[in-house]
Amino acid sequence: MVRMARFSIFERLLACGLLLASAAVLSKPATGIPRQASPSEELLNLPGELGNRGGRLVVSLRAEPKTLNPLTAADGPSREVILGAMQADLVHINRATQLTEPALAKSWKISPDGLQYTLTLRRGIRFSDGQPLDADDVLFTFRVYLDENLHAPQRDLLIVGGKPITVRKVDAWTVVFQLAKTYGVGERLFDGFAILPRHLLEKPYAEGKLGQTWAISTQANQWAGLGPFRLKEYVPGQRLVLERNPFYWKTDTKGGRLPYLDEIVFLFVPSADAQVLKFQSGETDIISRLGAENFSVLSKQQRGYTMIDAGPGLEYNFLFFNLNELGEKTLAPMARNEKWFRDVKFRQAVSAAIDRSAIVRLVYQSRGAELWGPVTPGNRRWVNASIPRPSHSLERARSLLKEAGFSWANGPNGESLLQDSDGKPVEFSIITSSSNADRTKMATLIQDDLKQLGIHVQVVPLEFRSLLDRVTQTKEYDACILAIASFDADPNSDINVWLSSGGMHFWNPSQTRPVTAWETEIDSLMERQLTAPSYEQRKQLYDRVQEILAEEQPMIFLASPDILVGAKNSIGNFHPAVLEPYVLWNVEQLYFMNNPEKSGR
Amino acid sequence: MIQRRGWKRWLIALAVLHGIVASAGFFTPYDPTEQDRERPYLPPMKIHLVDAQGHFHLRPFFYAEHLRAGSFDQFEESTDQPVPLRFFVSGVRYRLFGLLPSGIHLFGAQASRFYLLGSDAYGRDQFSRILYGGQISLLAGLFGAGLTLFFGTLIGATAGYYGGWRDGLLMRVAELFVALPWLYLLFALRAFLPLAVSPVQAFFLIISVIGAVGWARPARLVRGVVLSAKERDFVRAARGFGATDWYLLRRHILPETSSVVLTQAAILVPQFVLAEMTLSFLGLGVPEPLPSWGSLLASLQQYSVLVSSWWMYAPALAIVPFFLGYLGLASALQQDTGAGKIVNMTDET
Repeated sequence: MVRMARFSIFERLLACGLLLASAAVLSKPATGIPRQASPSEELLNLPGELGNRGGRLVVSLRAEPKTLNPLTAADGPSREVILGAMQADLVHINRATQLTEPALAKSWKISPDGLQYTLTLRRGIRFSDGQPLDADDVLFTFRVYLDENLHAPQRDLLIVGGKPITVRKVDAWTVVFQLAKTYGVGERLFDGFAILPRHLLEKPYAEGKLGQTWAISTQANQWAGLGPFRLKEYVPGQRLVLERNPFYWKTDTKGGRLPYLDEIVFLFVPSADAQVLKFQSGETDIISRLGAENFSVLSKQQRGYTMIDAGPGLEYNFLFFNLNELGEKTLAPMARNEKWFRDVKFRQAVSAAIDRSAIVRLVYQSRGAELWGPVTPGNRRWVNASIPRPSHSLERARSLLKEAGFSWANGPNGESLLQDSDGKPVEFSIITSSSNADRTKMATLIQDDLKQLGIHVQVVPLEFRSLLDRVTQTKEYDACILAIASFDADPNSDINVWLSSGGMHFWNPSQTRPVTAWETEIDSLMERQLTAPSYEQRKQLYDRVQEILAEEQPMIFLASPDILVGAKNSIGNFHPAVLEPYVLWNVEQLYFMNNPEKSGR
Repeated sequence: MIQRRGWKRWLIALAVLHGIVASAGFFTPYDPTEQDRERPYLPPMKIHLVDAQGHFHLRPFFYAEHLRAGSFDQFEESTDQPVPLRFFVSGVRYRLFGLLPSGIHLFGAQASRFYLLGSDAYGRDQFSRILYGGQISLLAGLFGAGLTLFFGTLIGATAGYYGGWRDGLLMRVAELFVALPWLYLLFALRAFLPLAVSPVQAFFLIISVIGAVGWARPARLVRGVVLSAKERDFVRAARGFGATDWYLLRRHILPETSSVVLTQAAILVPQFVLAEMTLSFLGLGVPEPLPSWGSLLASLQQYSVLVSSWWMYAPALAIVPFFLGYLGLASALQQDTGAGKIVNMTDET
């Protein structure tokens, strides 16, 4: 009760502050920021429904962002806040259409040889502290992203053909990017690189402190960005409050400056169930990353909110076997089991025995899609629709195992048990993350499926860190279920998984040279698609990668969950996308309908 | 020692309860790990006597249920075909008490599966899982309590009887064990075990570790009793006649501790059942697909289960008579022997 009372006082203070702020803007029209665009500013006119200005959107965040610095942000919550609401890039991928569109660069030109990108910036744009943006900021941004000492996680994306991209200024509004080799992703490359304010960050960069600046506890006046919202307040352990960026460079169809909302409040709510309760009680306005069971609980008791199933996202769950070169001495039991796993027929048999439709039905309550490859139906541009999708068949599994030399013997209780050509019974364990109920459930279903084949499977839930340690370091496991949620629909976002030298090439990571012929082929296909000039050629190459994966089954793909979200009925322009950030990608256009007491006008 | 009947009644009640759990194969209709993927989270079925047409049936029957069209979690009865409920039916083979092979079940049905207490996330029969789950939980409780009492009595008697530096050392070690953060110890232990160890073995290994680590409290109690017993006149007299240490302990001193040990046993068994539940809640317990009370209750960690599947609470209710029995037994034993001090000592746990 006490806390509630305090909050309402806080709210009242906030409302007063807002009134004063808007009064200040109105009384000083000369230095203030006009709500309508002036001709000197080249603003971006966004199509879409017109909304009311004002209001405060409250959203749950599963953890505190570790930083507000786009350079060093690696954790999900930081990226969600920074890229979703606080920063902007030169060219942006529209999360709904999955196509690129102009952002800070109003246009771009790619030279015929595909090596030179000329970008033209919008004129008259200002950072959220009122300082203007020009080509020098862009040069500074890419200099620090490429600085090896800063270890920006996105740095690798700027290395093309082994050489970093070079950036050259032509005039105050034109920048040229020079690549060493053609780059298949094209202008999509620029998505996700937040343009940084040189006037604030040049000094810390010179002092070598850029990596540490803009921690989450930064003062609001020390921070500036180009996104729709800017930093207002951070309360440790409770919330992060963002306010409208008055200098934002997008307008609605009538020319009114976006965003519509006055504020966004991110509450730190670590548990999924607590997020559901907060949304149900009306404390938060939007909820995303919902599990199917919580989604159906919320759908059943809809009161003033709408639940939306946005369809399959980019997450793919898969089972994989340990295919590492194991030392006979150190990991003898694992090495013995590997003989089965290395047999492609064995992997195909396991794949055939898995009842994917049951996984989708029981784990996702039918809110998901069965998978036979890494590209989900949600990724419309890249999915290879022609890879085979054989249905669940124990007969096929049995005949594959027979071809591979396995046979069946009678067990002590009259059940038939699978044994290999040496008469050794086939038994192995599947490790899963104990914190993820969905994947543990999949493992239990697979355990039952394989029991039908006479394979005895143990499911071992492990804490996620020790699971990753086993998979990537000690290699002490038989099989494992994991999921990858790509951040972008482009094949390059998962290149680390498919290249045999990649750290996320889970079944046999960080190989010095590919062990098998098909891994060699995937390596060369992935490298060719990197530099292939057109989408069609890249698609053809990536289709072949999907075909090889479906044939060789190094990963047995299981299912992909739908993106399940919900929002209060009063929120307008709510169009969830299957790419991250699922609900906040168009945050500048979200607004509250018919809500006079919350409206700023 | 005055004998009263009170504790015998409790003992008989407990014996009946344990008997039901031990012969779970007979009392349950299905294998607890068998999945019915068409019927996850099915609510308990209704037993009817009057069918949809209004006809009365002498034999109780039920209707098979299927998912309502267009829904993922709502079921409806197929009222066109009543399935009669049969008693002493033959079904899945099982071994009674782990030994006698049989196929007779107390109740069941032929045409369709009957879910007395509904089904879980995989469509497994919740009633069968509760009874079979009791086998593992109670076994863990009895086994753990037995180990603890064995070590506790051994160490407590040694410390109390010999006294001196041995007493000091053993009691300081006991304090160390009480202060041990055993939860972290268990996590470390589980991470250290090879994956190839069968999960059931691993689980009982963990129970043994808790059992072995838990000796400190009973050891202190036993030590106290032994300390006072060894100064009794008849003990001194026996010693004067030249009785050996072993004879004195066996004949005169340990029998004195029996009431403390029995009361402790009655208190420790439910404690170890709870420990099993804690472990399962944390994912250290018996793994899927084997049921235990802890893993059955662990599904209640999810909010969605909590609000929409009330029958998943059933395991919690099943535990109540067992705990009541053990605690009733403990207090009856205490009354019989008038060992009032023990209450204060054990309340700390």
